[in-house]
Amino acid sequence: MDLFIEQTVSGLATGAIYACLALAVVMIYQAIDHFNFAQGEMAMFSTYIAWYLMDDAGLGLPFWVAFVVCIVISFIGGAAIERIVFAPISDAPVLSHIIVFIALFSMFNSLAGFLFDFTPKNFETPFGHTPFIEGVISSHRVGMIAVTLVMLGMIYAFFRFTPIGLAMRAAAAAPESARLVGVRVGFMLALGWGLAASVGAVAGMLIAPITFLTPDMMLGTLLYGFAGAVVGGLTSPLGAVIGGFMVGILENWMGTFVVGSQLKLTVALVLIIVVLLVKPAGLLGRVVVKRV
Amino acid sequence: MASTQTSGTVPAFLNQNPKDRIFVLGVPLPLLERVGLYALLAAVVVLPMVYDGYDIYEFGKILMYMLAVLGLNLLTGFNGQFSLGHSAFFAVGAYSTAIMMEQLGMPYWTTIIPAAIVCFVAGFLFGLPALRLDGLFLALATFALAIATPQLLKYDGIAHLTGGVQGIVLDTPYPPVWVDSIVQSITGEELSVDRWKYMFTAFVAVIMFAGAWNLVHSRTGRALIAIRDNPLSAKTMGINTSIFKSAAFGVSAMYTGVAGSLFAIMDEYLAPESFTFAEAIKFLVGGVVGGIASLFGAIFGGWFVLEIPNFADLVATSLENYINNPQGLTGLIYGLFLIFTVYVMPMGAAGLAQILVHRISTKR
Amino acid sequence: MALLEIKGLKAYYGQIEALHGFDLSLEEGEITAVLGANGAGKTTTLRAICGMVKSAGSITVEGENVVGMSTEAIVAKHKIAHVPEGCGTFVRVSQEENLRLGAVTRRYREIEKDYERVYHYFPRLKERRNQQAGTLSGGEQQMLAVGRALMLRPKIMLLDEPSFGLAPIITEELFRILGQINRDEGVSMLVVEQNANLALAISKNAYLLETGNVAMTGPADQIMDDEQVRKSYLGY
Repeated sequence: MDLFIEQTVSGLATGAIYACLALAVVMIYQAIDHFNFAQGEMAMFSTYIAWYLMDDAGLGLPFWVAFVVCIVISFIGGAAIERIVFAPISDAPVLSHIIVFIALFSMFNSLAGFLFDFTPKNFETPFGHTPFIEGVISSHRVGMIAVTLVMLGMIYAFFRFTPIGLAMRAAAAAPESARLVGVRVGFMLALGWGLAASVGAVAGMLIAPITFLTPDMMLGTLLYGFAGAVVGGLTSPLGAVIGGFMVGILENWMGTFVVGSQLKLTVALVLIIVVLLVKPAGLLGRVVVKRV
Repeated sequence: MASTQTSGTVPAFLNQNPKDRIFVLGVPLPLLERVGLYALLAAVVVLPMVYDGYDIYEFGKILMYMLAVLGLNLLTGFNGQFSLGHSAFFAVGAYSTAIMMEQLGMPYWTTIIPAAIVCFVAGFLFGLPALRLDGLFLALATFALAIATPQLLKYDGIAHLTGGVQGIVLDTPYPPVWVDSIVQSITGEELSVDRWKYMFTAFVAVIMFAGAWNLVHSRTGRALIAIRDNPLSAKTMGINTSIFKSAAFGVSAMYTGVAGSLFAIMDEYLAPESFTFAEAIKFLVGGVVGGIASLFGAIFGGWFVLEIPNFADLVATSLENYINNPQGLTGLIYGLFLIFTVYVMPMGAAGLAQILVHRISTKR
Repeated sequence: MALLEIKGLKAYYGQIEALHGFDLSLEEGEITAVLGANGAGKTTTLRAICGMVKSAGSITVEGENVVGMSTEAIVAKHKIAHVPEGCGTFVRVSQEENLRLGAVTRRYREIEKDYERVYHYFPRLKERRNQQAGTLSGGEQQMLAVGRALMLRPKIMLLDEPSFGLAPIITEELFRILGQINRDEGVSMLVVEQNANLALAISKNAYLLETGNVAMTGPADQIMDDEQVRKSYLGY
């Protein structure tokens, strides 16, 4: 029983990573009505930018300064990608979009390895790695959960209460109708990309101290992020966070009691497929669709 | 949400005239296609007489990738389903062959058909849940499949079959004695293993290409295309869309899987790291750059994905003083080509050729 | 000068010319009907006014040519509310958020009392203000679409087949309300309709489109009396 509780709590801690990324997935899904398969790689690249800003070989800025600067750069970068790469193909079929996502995936992955090489890098944390509860959860992970929850609150309030959040959802779900009521759809999409890139950057900076910084750090993690978002409901930021924590716990349970640590990614795969088949709206998807 | 149909990129005029009424420089288009096909076939036959060693190995690789890309083209181009996870079926084919050779002691050439069957079944089964996922969600599910595959291959529970992280080293596929003796009696030289590998690959590839050709020009092929263009009306016309879509997934997986088998036989070695998401990207690049709704496109695509790393090297050597890690650029160049293709020639090289044909053709 | 003045309008879908250069005008405070068979170019005309298809010629709204302007700018600047075919409901958000989206170009503080205005015309919507819009019935969605258009405080409303898919009794109610809105708020309306009888009944003028050209134009009651029109479009 002790093992069970311990695994559950440490699952929550891992779940914070997934919750963070799931939030970014939902953010972009709300804003552009697509999954961004390059999301993880973009977040990884943002994290490298932060690393460069902080590292002594780079600019040597303090953490929180680098944190903010990185968010701003990511925002601009995300919006620029939308304007430059996606705006010209806005009318193209889904396949074209998926191909461009894959192209971005490939480019960011390759570019990160090329510019910063493949050796894993240490990434600083402002929260420290001291244990918060001895043997269960470190202070960094507690900080990470806190930051995720703050971000969730901000995103929720943004979509729920601000006119621009509403306009953004309208632009993503029904661009033509949105245009007819005067929503500047192109601007909304760029804004959505910018915000999603920023959320991704925060996620990357929180995850990197745990996983180390490498070009491939996000590959598996993104899958869990997707799983979290799908479980929670792609239209619900709160659902995504809950889904992320659930995936973290489930991963630990499955890893410890059922399949062993080697099949963790397969757990995510099965989870995604089963949820999409059985309850496509996810846990909170439907409720929020009605209420929001 | 944008349209989920892939056919949106097909220029309308391509569907307006029956092919046999289009003439290019006075030659009917179907005849031209046929001539092109035979010319390619002739080239495939002549190549091993001219080349040997690494060159002919590379040509074999092109044919192997062509099959893999063909699998994706049949699924996406002709049936409108997406897959970012075909590296998984590539792995199933490769490991089926390897395990049959290693565990059951089967000769390499007998493993192709059973491996094809295994892959068809695997694809069919994955296609069943995929039926209920449209466009984007199917892409997500297959993306997950691609990411999970290498880890699954390393799993300890099946390591006694797969060799785990180490992978499997296979026997060299020596040419059969009778083939060797025929070749010796004609040329007076021993048939090299490289040449034989190519001949074997080419044999399989030609048969499978012919099969795909017949498939897309048959009733079944038209049903697949109808499902792609308008699933609902296909259904109302009495096409059992579920069976056809699952079967399309199965056939597609079979093609890519057989490519995997050939990959294992040609390289005599396989390991989980050969079946990552990057491999799935490779197939997608080949399909899209060649022309996703074209069989000829797959040939171009196969050549393209093999040549890209060389191209990256070329870029690097031309900038030698500035770049010290040229292979690191491969992914970047993939990406640039993908975006370029989507912008400039959404139907790939094959689409470009079709447009050219249209420009210089006359209709009667 | 009419509020909306179209001269030599051509519109294109890719290479295909869908409208072949006709004139049309909408006077301030009036309802004008645009009739015609399928494919005559009725919807295209409305889409051209909103800048949603590539067009040539001139479309002058309040003295400014809007050809080449973006849809968003036309809507925001000239207060043109387009009620598209099939309602264009934002299905994922609530009914009231749909209304708020109608006023997205206006200042946030001004719009509170406009909800009541919409509910005054469509009391039924008030009961369902928090319901997800996608779950409303066809008739309710059409009312919501008109309500959303009202939220813009429009000068011009473009209505694309408001009767499409509605029961006759609902259609009649809708047209009665449209007439009321026109009288009370002074909104000018361009109504595209298959149901020519209803449209002509509330309209002052009418245009008859045939394959991208204006085949006939005049006061609505004259059009209604025309032998040819009656045979072809009114069915008696």
